[in-house]
Amino acid sequence: MTEIIAADHLTIRFGTFTAVSDVSFAVSKGELFGFLGPNGSGKTTIIKALCGLLKPTEGTGRILGMDIRKDAAEIRRHVGYMSQKFGLYEDLTVAENIAFYAGVYGLDSGRAAERTREVQALTGIEPYMTRRAGQLSGGWKQRLALACAIIHSPEVVFLDEPTAGIDPVARRALWDLLFQLSGQGVTFFVTTHYMDEAERCGRVGYIYLSKLIAMGTVAELQKLPDANPAGTSRIQIQVENPSEMLDGIRHMQGVREATIFGHSIHALAETAHVAEMRRKMPQASIETIEPSLEDVFVTLTYRIMESQR
Amino acid sequence: MRALFRGLVPVCRKEFLHIIRDPGTLFFALLIPMLQLFLFGFAVDTNIRQIPTVVLDESHTQESRRLLEAFAGSDVFWLKTYAQSQDEMYEAVRAGKARVGIRIPYDYARRLLDGTTASVLVLVDGSDSSVAGQAMSTATGVALKESLGRVLPGGAMPVEVRPSVLYNPATRSANFFVPGLIAILLQVMAILMIALSLVRERERGTLEQLTMTPVAPLGLMLGKMIPYGALTFAELCAILLVMRTVFLVPVHGNVVLLLVLSIPFLLTVLGIGLVISTKARTQAEAFQLSMGTILPSVFLSGYIFLIENMPPFFQAISHLIPATYYIQILRGIILRGAGITELWVSATVLTVMGCGSTLLAARLFVRRGAS
Repeated sequence: MTEIIAADHLTIRFGTFTAVSDVSFAVSKGELFGFLGPNGSGKTTIIKALCGLLKPTEGTGRILGMDIRKDAAEIRRHVGYMSQKFGLYEDLTVAENIAFYAGVYGLDSGRAAERTREVQALTGIEPYMTRRAGQLSGGWKQRLALACAIIHSPEVVFLDEPTAGIDPVARRALWDLLFQLSGQGVTFFVTTHYMDEAERCGRVGYIYLSKLIAMGTVAELQKLPDANPAGTSRIQIQVENPSEMLDGIRHMQGVREATIFGHSIHALAETAHVAEMRRKMPQASIETIEPSLEDVFVTLTYRIMESQR
Repeated sequence: MRALFRGLVPVCRKEFLHIIRDPGTLFFALLIPMLQLFLFGFAVDTNIRQIPTVVLDESHTQESRRLLEAFAGSDVFWLKTYAQSQDEMYEAVRAGKARVGIRIPYDYARRLLDGTTASVLVLVDGSDSSVAGQAMSTATGVALKESLGRVLPGGAMPVEVRPSVLYNPATRSANFFVPGLIAILLQVMAILMIALSLVRERERGTLEQLTMTPVAPLGLMLGKMIPYGALTFAELCAILLVMRTVFLVPVHGNVVLLLVLSIPFLLTVLGIGLVISTKARTQAEAFQLSMGTILPSVFLSGYIFLIENMPPFFQAISHLIPATYYIQILRGIILRGAGITELWVSATVLTVMGCGSTLLAARLFVRRGAS
């Protein structure tokens, strides 16, 4: 297993504000690593530090074996980056945008032409080459941004909330592209705040208030002790009118969390009280379930909020 | 060496594309300095003539009329209105209807005949110092000439000053002001265009993307300076043409030398524009900061006021302003036919300032990042 991205006790402070607090993780070659967390939790700051744009206050990191403190310039030649703003020039055509980034990454004309053909084939953007980037739909802008971000065949690509504000079809198309590339050995670091996207990733890290509080595969996270406190059960309650029932269930004895999930209610309840709940709501069907990734993160977040109180 | 300027060529090419993709902005960028040249080139005339004057002639004699004719004949005074009382005369000046009041007392002619001193009141509105100065010196001149004419009837004047003006024989204002105006117009155009271009990238997030690429700060800076420098240079050529053909300002020196020595000035102002862009967060802020550079360049560069007449503190500041040196170059070549032997100091200072501002911008840019 080759370690492509490594963060080693990374801490970044801006004055008295700690944006990233003692974060460590490693991502292997060809992995698709998802980084989940609310806005302002420090996701973008970590990416900037790993690309050498910000000097960490403490700790360090390595990209492809290069030190992020010393080899920033060299790292940037091997890394692709795509932000939610896409970084496209809207008054330039698709072809001009691609040519610009090929030039910026120092590709000679032969290599640029070759790579342009390859990213065209990969993203299917060929029919739009002469169109201004500003006239593309959100989904196509996103594909163009990806094409620009990988024009120099980077071994690592950082995607910072790449699907914010994009329709579901385009989102799925982008993820298909990412899987295709990761199959070819490209390593991805993707930040998101969509649970379903995080679930697609091979491994997920959850960052909250500048701290990395959980990391692992989806299955590992679902079994985390912190997300499944001893003596509790994760249950699904099928009732006819979940929105009217929710408040009552929340106030039942032994219920720690409850939320609506489609036409049912998901709750975290003390196992000892589940039988009593069945008795109180004879009309409802109650069954034990595995926690979803969202359940896991909500539970973890609540625990931190409680511990800070 | 190559790593220092990495990204220069693609950034430069992209910037040219931005310019031609936005013909509206290009049109105004080129047109506005030209309009201002016409506006200020015609408006600024420091030769003071025809000052509105109110007259109170209490004497009503042949002698008093002769004196008034002498005032009118000087071309400096325009005898606009006649007052009936002293109050009326003061009121005309206070209301701004006249800048000068002339009161000839009732005993003017009698005193002249008696051989005693006849006094004439010349009331001057001092709110515009150059108008007041011109009015006072001309009034004194008129009085002196009248007095001498009486003392030496029909005779020649004992002393006559015959001024011979070098370089701008007609002392036309345009010849003096238009070359200076070039510096101001080019400065505003260059600073504004390049600062807005970089701040726009910051606002749209493309700058963040660029900082994630291997583009070197100097590559980015120079890649932006070359296209906007070329545009400003084209404007300079157009302005020089208009100056020559419309304002009829003759160029006594070498135009090629003028164009060559303009390059370090453009480098300097473009560098200042980039420094501004590293400080401004929004385009509006960049615009305001750019405008803030205008006033010092107008008032402390020697464009309007002589540097030699400024207090030492302001003289020191004027030597920090790039326009000061460029105006010396412009006036030197255009008005006096100066060559490189007279101008090399100014050219060297501008070159140093140009390199300095560019390096400073690159440094600030690294420290600031894309945020």
